[in-house]
Amino acid sequence: MADWYTNFANSGFGTTITKQLGLPRPVELRRYEPGQPLLPGPVVVGSAGAGRLRDTVTAVLRDAGVTVQSPVTADGATGGEKLGAVILDASGLTTPADLASAHDFLAPAIKRLRASGRVLVLADPPADATTPAQAAARQAVDGLVRSIGKELLDGSTANAVFVPEGAEASLAAPLRFFLSGRSAYVDGQLLTVSPADVPANLDEDEPLAGAVAVVTGAARGIGAAIAEVMARDGAHVVAVDVPAAGDALARVADEIGGTALQLDITAADAPQRLVEHLRERHGGVDVVVHNAGITRDKLLVNMDAARWNTVMAVNLQAQLDITQALLDADGVLRDGARVVCVSSQSGIAGNRGQTNYAASKAGVIGMVRAWAPEFAARGATINAVAPGFIVTEMTAKMPFGTREIGSRINSLQQGGLPVDVAETIAWLSQPASAGVNGQTVRVCGQSMLGA
Amino acid sequence: MAENAKPVTRRAAIVGGNRIPFARSGTAYARASNQDMLTATLDGLVARFGLQGESVGEVAAGAVLKHARDFNLTREAVLGSQLAPTTPAYDVQQACGTGLEAAVLVANKIALGQIESGIAGGVDTTSDAPLAVGDDLRRVLISLNSAKTVQDRLKALARIRPGMIVPEIPRNAEPRTGLAMGDHAAITAAEWEIGREEQDELAARSHQRMAAAYDRGFFDDLVTPFLGLARDNNLRPDSSVEKLAKLSPVFGTGEGATMTAGNSTPLTDGASAVLLASDEWAEAKGLPVLAHLVDAQTAAVDYVHGGEGLLMAPVYAVPVMLARNGLTLQDFDFYEIHEAFASTVLATMKAWEDAAFCKEKLGLDAPLGSIDRAKLNVNGSSLAAGHPFAATGGRIVASLAKMLHETGPGKRGLISVCAAGGQGVVAILES
Repeated sequence: MADWYTNFANSGFGTTITKQLGLPRPVELRRYEPGQPLLPGPVVVGSAGAGRLRDTVTAVLRDAGVTVQSPVTADGATGGEKLGAVILDASGLTTPADLASAHDFLAPAIKRLRASGRVLVLADPPADATTPAQAAARQAVDGLVRSIGKELLDGSTANAVFVPEGAEASLAAPLRFFLSGRSAYVDGQLLTVSPADVPANLDEDEPLAGAVAVVTGAARGIGAAIAEVMARDGAHVVAVDVPAAGDALARVADEIGGTALQLDITAADAPQRLVEHLRERHGGVDVVVHNAGITRDKLLVNMDAARWNTVMAVNLQAQLDITQALLDADGVLRDGARVVCVSSQSGIAGNRGQTNYAASKAGVIGMVRAWAPEFAARGATINAVAPGFIVTEMTAKMPFGTREIGSRINSLQQGGLPVDVAETIAWLSQPASAGVNGQTVRVCGQSMLGA
Repeated sequence: MAENAKPVTRRAAIVGGNRIPFARSGTAYARASNQDMLTATLDGLVARFGLQGESVGEVAAGAVLKHARDFNLTREAVLGSQLAPTTPAYDVQQACGTGLEAAVLVANKIALGQIESGIAGGVDTTSDAPLAVGDDLRRVLISLNSAKTVQDRLKALARIRPGMIVPEIPRNAEPRTGLAMGDHAAITAAEWEIGREEQDELAARSHQRMAAAYDRGFFDDLVTPFLGLARDNNLRPDSSVEKLAKLSPVFGTGEGATMTAGNSTPLTDGASAVLLASDEWAEAKGLPVLAHLVDAQTAAVDYVHGGEGLLMAPVYAVPVMLARNGLTLQDFDFYEIHEAFASTVLATMKAWEDAAFCKEKLGLDAPLGSIDRAKLNVNGSSLAAGHPFAATGGRIVASLAKMLHETGPGKRGLISVCAAGGQGVVAILES
């Protein structure tokens, strides 16, 4: 699935050329496959601060059968097996001086990291700090992790999870995600979890077993990949797309053993029709993925009202209307439901010619943040995923130069695949992700845009 | 009534349907075969109802125009579909009545408890129609095939004459009269004095109503696009009596000719399928019951020597079915009278209103009476959608079942489909 340049850069001749010219050297990323171990190598876990999260980390690694090496042996000089991941528990930082131990631990450990390795830093949220020095120390993690992400080679990623007091149980699912191949293209992200009653996934191989999942825009591209991954993870997928895309939609539904629902989500009665369909056919819904989206690019000064209005209607208003209808319909949105909204890098960084699209996608980020408390009250969550440069039929039509530059200006030096977005959404949809709420997770390989 | 009462059985439920948009002959589906279209239609139905890998009780479907290689068309389509390969299938053929007759067959097996679920369908292509060689050439080729020696083969080949190399193209004509169906309909139209304007009105209304139904999303869960077509390409949303009035007659002769290309159905390609089941099966699968198939009746008329119109058989079938069910013609919320030709629908209704006809031909004391036009073909019919012969019945059954379901429980609908060979199939659905 690698692109032409990745193939070239990893060929014998290409390796020589790219190294000598200092060109990007993308590698094929470690991506999740069912039955795959959580990590391809051992882990070292270090602390900088009180280390309040060690127990959670140890439990997750033990359950996943990951070998934990002592950081004492990780001085880099002794060689040994290359590491699958380096985890720094930086909870309990009080002053910037505490970060010296972070440096002491990370520098030799990262030197031993294998390809597609993981660096994960766990810390307290800066906003909860009680003194300026504490806030400074916690915020420093931000710059540290993002810089590590940019220094790592060979498909390795660096991410951070901020864990407030009392939210320790919420860490397990993000921890598994960031270590696993599911997060292949998620890099340089800072996720904040919140306290929640966190149910365990009944089955880690099929975390969505028994769930009914709606995916809009499922006929092709990223939506089809989301439907596939959801079905692989055990969900019954109700694949939704406009009637005109019904033949492709039926093929997706037939391939994954789901059902096809032809529906124009911008129609006035669409929310009610979806609610009725879910009630009648499935008695309710567990997961809703608002993926349907369109672009109608033009510079703002040249943009007519139709371009503005249709993009807003599909990308933002339909998400609002359908979510509200599900919240209002008694018993349809099941307790512990998960809503995942697809935003975009453009919604974070802005993009020339995409005022309408970027506005709609930024709106999605505001929407999930505002709705999070109401969802939390019903044991549910609502989050957004913001894809960066994802290789689809749509990007294949871009001019060569734009496409090549777009796909290289990130820490992983390659475009992501639809499955990378799908894996992130499927993770947010898991029962065990109850402590991730109101967040926007970028799937962009640590893109330089809007970072 | 008591003696004629039906034995107590269960009623088969109509769960839903699927069809591909219908395409005028030689257009979007010009290169699609019957098997392609039927398979795609089944797969769309499977996707709608989550039947991947399921073995349903049976699939009954058929085509009117069939290649010799399609002797097992429905079974082959099932094997190429997402249904389990253990799903039995058989072909049905009753001309334009095929689709409805297939639904009746499946429903009856469900009613008798022989199967719990089944799919009824139909497909036709006039674009990919079979060509046959003439009988003379066919006989030569058969003897060539059975010849044992080179000498015999050469002898057989020597019998071929240039005049034999002309394919026989299937025609939309009655074998016993040599008349096209439209010519037959024109005779009936003249007999019943069906005017040009009322035919054009019926045709325009059919287009307008079907376009409106598409616009409000009525067909969202009844149609799945195929080969780039998302709506029937015969549909003219802007059709009007004024526009239709400009067309010249194509059937009938002289002053009295009223039937045009606008108020007659064109040759069309397409396929449809309907999912039927017992209530229990539907409930276990979490699938809806839109309506039940209450009863059905077929009839045939002697259009060759008996002086009855070719397409008038439904006129005879309906009163028999009404009597058996203790109903009058007015006891329905919707009427679906297949628009083979606008004049056929109008002649059918006129016959039911005609006291003399009802007494002499139907043996009734009083005429069946008129039906409320507001309840007739409310979402358009064949004049708008087109009419791929065997696919029309499935289109009507699924659409009517959905209309009844939307209107509420206890609503009743009447289906009337005329067919070549002087036959007719009618049925009652109830929500």
